[in-house]
Amino acid sequence: MKKTTKSMLMLTAMGLSISACSNVYNSDAPEAETASAATVSAEPREGLSPGVRDAGVAIENLNHIHSLPAPPGFYDPSTLWSPAEQRALAQAIERGEEVDKQPSPISFANSDLAFSGNKVIMGNFHGFNIFEAPQGGTPEHILSVVCPGGQGDVTVHGNLVFYSVEQNRGRLDCGAGGVEGASSAERFRGVRIFDISDISAPVQVAAVQTCRGSHTHTLVPHPSDDRTLYIYNSGTAGVRPGTELEGCSGGQPEDDPDTALYSIDVIKVPLDAPENAAIVNRPRIFADKETGEVNGLWKGGALTEGAQRTSATNACHDITVYPEFNLAAGACSGNGILLDISDPENPARIDEISDPNMAYWHSATFTNDASKILFTDEWGGGIGARCTAKDPETWGADLVADLTDNKMTARGFFKIPGVQTEVENCVAHNGSLIPIPGRDIMVQGWYSGGLSVVDFTDSNNVFEIAYFDRGPVNADELYLAGFWAAYWHNGRIFAPEIVRGLDIFTLKASEHLSEAEIAAAGLINFDEANTQTQLHFKWPNKPVVARAYLDQLARGKSVNAGLMSQIGSAIDAWEGGNIGNAKSLASALKAAASKVSGKDASRLTGLAEMFANAS
Amino acid sequence: MKNSFKREAHKALKLLALSGILIAPGSAHAATAYQDNQSPIVKPGAPGKPGKRITPAESVALSESPYTDADVSFMQNMIVHHSQAVDMGVLIPDRSDHKGVRLMGHRIAITQSSEIEMMRTWLRRRGQELEAPEGHGHHHGGHSASGASGDDVPIMTGMLSAKQMRELAATKGREFDRLFLSGMILHHQGALDMVENLLVEEGAGEDAEMSEFLASIVADQSTEILRMQAMLSELGGVKP
Repeated sequence: MKKTTKSMLMLTAMGLSISACSNVYNSDAPEAETASAATVSAEPREGLSPGVRDAGVAIENLNHIHSLPAPPGFYDPSTLWSPAEQRALAQAIERGEEVDKQPSPISFANSDLAFSGNKVIMGNFHGFNIFEAPQGGTPEHILSVVCPGGQGDVTVHGNLVFYSVEQNRGRLDCGAGGVEGASSAERFRGVRIFDISDISAPVQVAAVQTCRGSHTHTLVPHPSDDRTLYIYNSGTAGVRPGTELEGCSGGQPEDDPDTALYSIDVIKVPLDAPENAAIVNRPRIFADKETGEVNGLWKGGALTEGAQRTSATNACHDITVYPEFNLAAGACSGNGILLDISDPENPARIDEISDPNMAYWHSATFTNDASKILFTDEWGGGIGARCTAKDPETWGADLVADLTDNKMTARGFFKIPGVQTEVENCVAHNGSLIPIPGRDIMVQGWYSGGLSVVDFTDSNNVFEIAYFDRGPVNADELYLAGFWAAYWHNGRIFAPEIVRGLDIFTLKASEHLSEAEIAAAGLINFDEANTQTQLHFKWPNKPVVARAYLDQLARGKSVNAGLMSQIGSAIDAWEGGNIGNAKSLASALKAAASKVSGKDASRLTGLAEMFANAS
Repeated sequence: MKNSFKREAHKALKLLALSGILIAPGSAHAATAYQDNQSPIVKPGAPGKPGKRITPAESVALSESPYTDADVSFMQNMIVHHSQAVDMGVLIPDRSDHKGVRLMGHRIAITQSSEIEMMRTWLRRRGQELEAPEGHGHHHGGHSASGASGDDVPIMTGMLSAKQMRELAATKGREFDRLFLSGMILHHQGALDMVENLLVEEGAGEDAEMSEFLASIVADQSTEILRMQAMLSELGGVKP
């Protein structure tokens, strides 16, 4: 049954990508719209019934353990996602009656997550919420902070919560009603810092204004001083006038050398005095390495006509830092870029890639060994339906790039099957690695396309191993909804749903993922986690990790049955407290590794080391 | 000028009474997780200032994100603007063999027709007309200043005139590719200008949904301009 599903999926993927290619690259081929219509009907995610809290659901290889709706004050029962009222409103308009204006449903959209122990901090366009989610217990909502301005990208460090504000309506005092005038000292766009030491009385301690607001931000640890923290801030919106915020101008660099375009903001936060947080640099990470011109990427050729002004990649959407390797991957409008962050105040670009299929480079995730980067393409900004049968498999998808000697090379794509409807906003979005030793596995949100767990161990063959999907909010009209993200944290998957609140899942063993692999992932725990500040996994030397490798070798079939059974017995004995077998098998495994290629070789080497050091 | 939309309690109650479906999400919220144990809702103050506890209703009231007449005109005009991009895309399959142009055209057609739907929904949900009243809103949307109409005058900056559209349709191959790309670059640039012009209007672009949409226009279209410029450059530019 599952096998059938998987091969159907792969057929679908192949069919769609082949037709997308032929459409795009052979001039006489028909458009891609008709691709694989016959195979998608077997897909359980097709045709799910609509509803806010009672939508139809498809789930594969996951346990859905909790679903926490938005708390009071973070939804508006009189206006939101209510088909009945939309009908009433439409009728009133038809009758020519004056109708009251509606706030945007997205005003209460849930967005990103940050983790502090068992606390889950869920950003919202209206502020943020904190849940206490003890292992094995019932999660509980413990605090709401109201501070409108979106999009509420959140991170946490100690008792400080950092919060991105992008929208023009944001006010310094967290109030509503917008801001009067094109320039105003009341307006706030940038990164807020809240102190949550007293969980019942959080305080805004700083608000760092930035020229383009804050779409996303990333915490960057200081290499040696743990009382200093940096923030890389990415603003993608328009530049504020210098009359509102000194030092802001948005011209092109030839006329305006100090332009706020073509940079990110580096904010320095003295943790003992966070109120003094301030921008310390706006590095020119898109500069041409030879000429120093700040608009060095995607200049689009030397044209005198056809463009009134030169455009270029001038902002990042999101930056993922990986301090373990002193690297950062930036998803920056027209490019994926790689940065050296050895000196966090002065990040330096060391490579860049582009790809004609990628509309908008949106986010990045390194593999644990930093040998690959998975980039997402947020084609359409997340507000459009881009996972329907007519949307090509390589657009709005994941792109895996190999990373060798600091050079990125684009490889395979992955997109969930194109069975989402026209009323479901859907495109690749945020996710994180699941710490399964020996494989590269990631969980990610696809907005109303649900969430999906993929294996990208082989960069040219990315495949799905688990998913969850709900039907649309409404059958007739697109309402923004779905999973903003899906992140693994300490044994569970936490997924913020724009409309429906916070969903929590665990992995279920299947042919694609064994009990031992799931248990090994559960050994990795962090006190604090912000997904875009990537943490390095180091698995303890325990038998269950060895068993995870063994299960992977069994799938690969590159190791002979005799050796497989010896490894199995050695692990059994190790679990029983006897390490003799394991110790004596180590050198045989090392020898076997040399005769095997690919990932299985490193699994055998890993096992050999584990056995040699077993205790 | 800002349109206010103070919703009064009785209106909400009346609507609640109108529909069981409407009550369901709200009451489900209250009943499942939050009824007995209301956690604090805090509205912080400005940096360094104390915050205060507020009620769920006060929180909801703070969510108001007003929109302006300029926002409405922008959406009405952008529908017209986007429609021409879709019309331009339709010309590609019979006229171009260029992989990049075909890819770009296909993407623009899908993107902009879905955005047109989104804009219509935005207007409909706010009880607004889908089209701008005649002779109205031109200065908001970046129409030609005189509002003049004529065969070789585009109805908005960044759009092709009727004559230019006919010229484009009459070409094929490399000449079409160049005209298409240069036209679409101008067209996209026009959309970016419309966003810029909107945002200098007082109070404009604060509606949350609108704000997201503006951000996505700026992101997508400026990225697409780069690609089209690169292709146009490879084809020898507008006037080779």
